[in-house]
Amino acid sequence: MATKILEKAKSFYDTYERNPSADKKMPHYCPGCGHGNVHKMIAEALDDFGVADKSILISPVGCSVFAYYYFDVGNIQAAHGRAPAVATGIKRAHPDSVVISYQGDGDLAAIGTAEILHAANRGENLTVFFVNNAIYGMTGGQMAPTTLVGQKTTTTPLGRQPGNEGFPIKVAELISQLEAPVYVERVSLVDNKLRAKARIAIRKAIKNQVDNLGFSLVEILSPCPSGWKLDPVDSLKWIEENMHKNFPIGVFRDLTKEVEPYKIEKVNPNSDEIINLLDISGENDLSLKSTETSDKYKNPEIKIAGFGGQGILLMGAALAQAGMFADYHVSWLPSYGPEMRGGTANCHVNVRSKEVGSPMVSLPTVLIGMNRPSLEKFENDVVPGGIIIYDSSLIDIKPKRTDIEVLAIPATKMADDIGNTRIANMLVMGAYIGYTNLLPKEAIYESLKTAIKRKRFIEINEKAVDAGYEFGKSHRK
Amino acid sequence: MTIKTLTEPTINIEPELCKGCGLCIEACPPDVIKFHEKFNSKGYHYAYYIGENCTGCGVCFYACPEPEAIAVYKKGAEVAEEVIDG
Ligand SMILES: Cc1ncc(C[n+]2csc(CCOP(=O)(O)OP(=O)(O)O)c2C)c(N)n1
Ligand code: SF4
Ligand code: SF4
Ligand code: SF4
Repeated sequence: MATKILEKAKSFYDTYERNPSADKKMPHYCPGCGHGNVHKMIAEALDDFGVADKSILISPVGCSVFAYYYFDVGNIQAAHGRAPAVATGIKRAHPDSVVISYQGDGDLAAIGTAEILHAANRGENLTVFFVNNAIYGMTGGQMAPTTLVGQKTTTTPLGRQPGNEGFPIKVAELISQLEAPVYVERVSLVDNKLRAKARIAIRKAIKNQVDNLGFSLVEILSPCPSGWKLDPVDSLKWIEENMHKNFPIGVFRDLTKEVEPYKIEKVNPNSDEIINLLDISGENDLSLKSTETSDKYKNPEIKIAGFGGQGILLMGAALAQAGMFADYHVSWLPSYGPEMRGGTANCHVNVRSKEVGSPMVSLPTVLIGMNRPSLEKFENDVVPGGIIIYDSSLIDIKPKRTDIEVLAIPATKMADDIGNTRIANMLVMGAYIGYTNLLPKEAIYESLKTAIKRKRFIEINEKAVDAGYEFGKSHRK
Repeated sequence: MTIKTLTEPTINIEPELCKGCGLCIEACPPDVIKFHEKFNSKGYHYAYYIGENCTGCGVCFYACPEPEAIAVYKKGAEVAEEVIDG
């Protein structure tokens, strides 16, 4: 330690503006909580390596859920247990960043067991800090997978019994059984010597990532005085007397001297390759004439609803893709019941001249109803001045609203006349385009080529689009 | 602001940022940190440096879970006078 002053790390915010409480200077942790010590060691390392500006900390669910109040780095708070998966995505998108997954034992060893195992097994170039306090702190002291045999918690009031609750999971040992991890160590915060070791391990786990060496995990035996109902000094004694036996401290894996710097075998297809992979060659050079649509039909937010098997999702995808071919910003968000076929299905489509904010459409300007329950369910959500288009051969009621435009098309009957009931969806889509003139018909033809996998069905779908288009056009207001 | 070069190591504990956990007191080898008899505005008996015999070892800094409660100034450190007197 060459430095002559030990003080608050620069990688912490000066004041914790994100904390809604009035006190912006004092972290929310209980007195004597080990999360604070670990935070300090991480922040100091980020300062010393000069990497705070390119670091991204993933906060877990647990007492450290608010780590993003404190660290002046990039911050993301992940769903319970998912931090290593989120970290993987970030690291792969930003390989030059330093990504730290910070997790408690409930988060990492219970709900997140799969995520940590697979991230470690893939050898992601990440740093994981695993704060093992043998309990769920945040929720009030329930048993964690790391709770010791015999340890009393609110959910093991008589003490953890292996026959009932299993044995404490030894994460450092478990992870070090895998091939890929580079560095796995368990440390403890109980005294000056061991804190110094913990500090060195934390620095090493970060440095490994900076040096591109691969996956590092440090398990930290850490006090939770509140959960254990002990004072802070006794909590440290409790770790030494009880946790150390079950969770031996030490290095479980250290390949830092042997490994080659980590390389993601990254396949970055260029745009030609993507076009080939998606089998859409030649279809990206459309020079479509834009269409004149009346202002009220511009930037539609569309909900398409019916039952599974009616091609609801396909209609939405084709519509969105057609919009894309006509140079709009589009989104398509499917939403269906667990049944897939036979259940209800709906999807949300945006076709906009500016970027799409949210793909969700809860108040549609256009409702396409393909069965009666959908019409009944969503009619009232349509914004005034919007459009409802529905299949009048399947739906024996009419919309009650008078402040909207209604286009009733006997789509299923028309589809039967053309020769296939299942093209009713394309009839309705054609009718919508014909009615509003939102897109050139050619854009729809193009989208059919990619949306419909079996080429022999393309022709009949085109026929359906045509018939629907003419129907819609002849009903224009 | 006068800058002073320390001839003796010292520490500074911010009473309002101390949670009174006592871990620094437990950790300090020469036993030069004590609980103050007063409470801070949060209701914690905060810790304070008795004013002499700090060796500047730094272990209280790492024992303390709070980011800003303790600062340690080793011999030769250059610090603003206010920090030390405060
Ligand atoms: C999906 C989900 N399930 C359960 C919870 C409730 N929950 C919040 S924190 C927590 C456990 C936290 O324990 P740990 O990871 O050990 O962190 P600590 O609070 O001890 O630091 C649980 C189960 C939740 N927030 N989300
Ligand atoms: S409950 Fe436990 S883990 Fe949570 S802040 Fe308090 S001491 Fe820390
Ligand atoms: S720096 Fe060392 S000697 Fe000085 S107060 Fe802290 S622990 Fe005690
Ligand atoms: S360790 Fe920190 S919070 Fe705890 S008593 Fe000492 S200065 Fe206060």
